[in-house]
Formats: sequence, C-alpha cells, structure tokens
Amino acid sequence: MSYLGDVATLARKDLRLELRARDTLPAMLLFVVSTLVVFHFALPEGADEVAAQGLLWVALVFTALLGLARAWAPERESGALEGLVLAPCDRSAIWLGKAAAVFAFLSAVELVALPAFALFFGSVDAATVAGVVLASIGICAVGTLLAAMAAASRTRELVLPLLFLPLAIPLVVGGVGASVSSEPARYLAFLALYDAIFSILCWASFEYVVSE
Amino acid sequence: MSTSSPSSSTSKSAVPALAALAAALVGIAIAFAFYVAPEDADQGISQRIFYFHVPIALTAYACFAWGAVKGLLLLWRKDERYDLESYVAIHQGTIFGSLTLLTGSIWAKASWGHWWLWSENQLVLFLVLFLFYSAYFMLRFSIEEGPRRANISAVYALFGVVLIPVSFLAIRLAENIIHPTVFTRDGPQMSGVMFLTFCIAWLAMSVLAYALYRLELLGKRLDSNLRELRELLT
Repeated sequence: MSYLGDVATLARKDLRLELRARDTLPAMLLFVVSTLVVFHFALPEGADEVAAQGLLWVALVFTALLGLARAWAPERESGALEGLVLAPCDRSAIWLGKAAAVFAFLSAVELVALPAFALFFGSVDAATVAGVVLASIGICAVGTLLAAMAAASRTRELVLPLLFLPLAIPLVVGGVGASVSSEPARYLAFLALYDAIFSILCWASFEYVVSE
Repeated sequence: MSTSSPSSSTSKSAVPALAALAAALVGIAIAFAFYVAPEDADQGISQRIFYFHVPIALTAYACFAWGAVKGLLLLWRKDERYDLESYVAIHQGTIFGSLTLLTGSIWAKASWGHWWLWSENQLVLFLVLFLFYSAYFMLRFSIEEGPRRANISAVYALFGVVLIPVSFLAIRLAENIIHPTVFTRDGPQMSGVMFLTFCIAWLAMSVLAYALYRLELLGKRLDSNLRELRELLT
C-alpha cells in the first residue's frame, strides 16, 4: 500500500468512528457558537469591529483545543495505538492521517463558525477566510503531535492547552493580521511559512513520540 | 562534552574550579559595570543593567539551544544520558529566562516608567518562551520515567528552538497591527570600554550558566545512582 493510501485509510477510520459515535464534532460546533454568543456579551457596547475580529481567533483556537483533546481518545481508550505503531506502515502516516481527520472536523466547525460570526458581528472578508484555512493547517499539524505527547502523560487534557497555546501565538498573530491589516499578504505568507516549518518538524519527529 | 561521562573523577573535581572561575568572573563583571564603564549620557545609571540583562538573555538562548542539541543527540544515538543533560540545560535556560524577564522589567520601569511594555520585542519573546518551557516541565513530570519520556522531552526541546525565530518574526509582525510605534534601543553607540564591559559580563554569565549546569548534572546523577543503589539493596 502506498504512503498516501495508508494516510487515507487512517483518516477514513477516524471519520467513520466519528460518524458512528458522534462524540467530538457536535460538541465543537455547539462550543464555537456558544463562545461567539458569550463574546457578544463580553464586548462592551460600542466596541469596534476590529476587537470582534480578534475574538473570532480566540474562539477558533479554543474550539480546536476541544477537538484536539479528544483526538487520540479512541486509540487510548481501546489501547489501539500500540497496534498502529506495530502496523507495517510509516509511523509519520499515523500523524498525517490523524491531522487530516482533525482538519476535516475543524473545517466543518469553521463552515458553521464563519457564517455565524458574519451574522452576529459583521462581515468576513476573503483574507480572513484564507487566514482561517492556513491557520487551521498549522493548528492541526502542531496540535495533533502535541496531543499525542499529552496522551502519553498522566494529566492528558490538562497539559495539552499549556503545550499548545505558546505555539499557537504566531498563528493568532498571522490570523488576526490577515483579518484586520490593510495588506494581508505578508500575514498570509507568514502563516504559510509557519505551516511549512512545523509540518516538516512534526512529520519528522512523530515517530519518536509514539515509539520507545 | 566528552568529559561529562557519568561519575568520572575528573568531571567532579572540575566543578569547584569552574564555580570559582564563575564567581571571579561575575565579580569582575560587576566591578566593570559599576566602576569602569562610563555613565551613559542619556539614561544615566539605569543603563548599567544592560551589562547584565543582555548577557543573561544571550545565555538563556544558548541554554535552550544546548538543550535542543542534546535532545537531537538523544533521538539520534539513543543514549539516555543525553536526556538528563537536555533537561538540565533547559532548566538552566528557564532560570536565566526568568532573570531576563526580571531585569528587563526593571530596566523598562527605570527607562520608560512602566514595568511591562508590549513594544519591547525581546521581553515579549521571553514571556512566550517562559510559558513554552514552563509547559515542558509540566509535560515531563506527568510522564512515567523511561525512554518514551526522554523521546517526548527531546522532541519538545527541538520545537523550542524552532519556535524562537518563528515567535520573534510573529512579534515583529504583531507590532504593525498592535503598536505602530517602536522603541529603539540602539541609539547611542557603545564606546570601547562599554563593549569590553559587555563582553566580560557575557563571558561571566556563560561560565556561570555552565558551572550551574555541571553542578545540577552532578547532583541529578548522584541522585539517580543513589536510587539505583537503594533499589539493589532492597
């Protein structure tokens, strides 16, 4: 089986699990809409639209965290990770498959979140959408690897946000910049650079996180 | 680092000498910073913290890089002694990073009247790094001791050195959307004596960090040897 074939099989497994159990995606959807409603009350009357653009990114990062905390739960609960590691496929394919599945969930959430944001707070322009797509790639690449690290620890869900948020700061800078700046190209380029650097790093180092 | 093989007698006797050298160098650096270097025309006495703040920051970077190098060696050679060395280097880096935040904050208060300035790129970077490496300790101490923990710690240490330039770029970019104005610190050029003082202070901090690194490594190795002995006895 080819490398991409392995990745597709692994990603399909996660999507099928989610379709049958419906654990994560409904929770993420409900969470992002609730967060946007909370933000309406958190923003004082007369706060400008730029402040709301920043909050969109807070909502997306925290919703992604919710999904990432559950990313390795099926493997952990049934002890399937050992089996996957022993399977005759490249171990980085496990990471890529999981990241692809998480990306699918996050994209589904954003398909709801961005129209909801436009409805509640004002318009969403093309640069914001491009920023959301690029930042989501980075969130899924880095987040999936960090979630695998957190899954090996005793504290699990507790430690993941601590690991993830410092690494998400550059993504928030790039995303907010793309949303509010008059020249979003450099921020989008920065997001693409982040995605490239950290995807390569995660791809190369995942093997060491799951093996001994 | 070929001399740091576990419990060799030469590495043990080197630590007191190294500590003495570090103490002497720090003493000389303090004397230079306060009595030899000329007073800055603009900032007066508060500029003298520069001779400690910047060397401490550079030393913190060096410690983080050293920890990442050891992490890479661990993943490459699978020798578990690199795990402890990587951890100790990052521990020292975090201590020096906290000192950078502290001295930078004092300098900001003296120069601009605020304890914290988001327009100070280096300080913001150290805050991000401080959060990142604090999470390193949370992660490390919630995983069972063993090769898995060593691998995960090493990968996380590698993420750190990649995060440093990426974060720095991000903070520079964020300035344009959050703070249009920038404080520049390179106004007055350094005179020869000032530069000499800076170099001595930098050397002193590097030797101090290395001495602390060796000392902590010695203590941690002693600890683990003792634990092994106890397990053998019971």
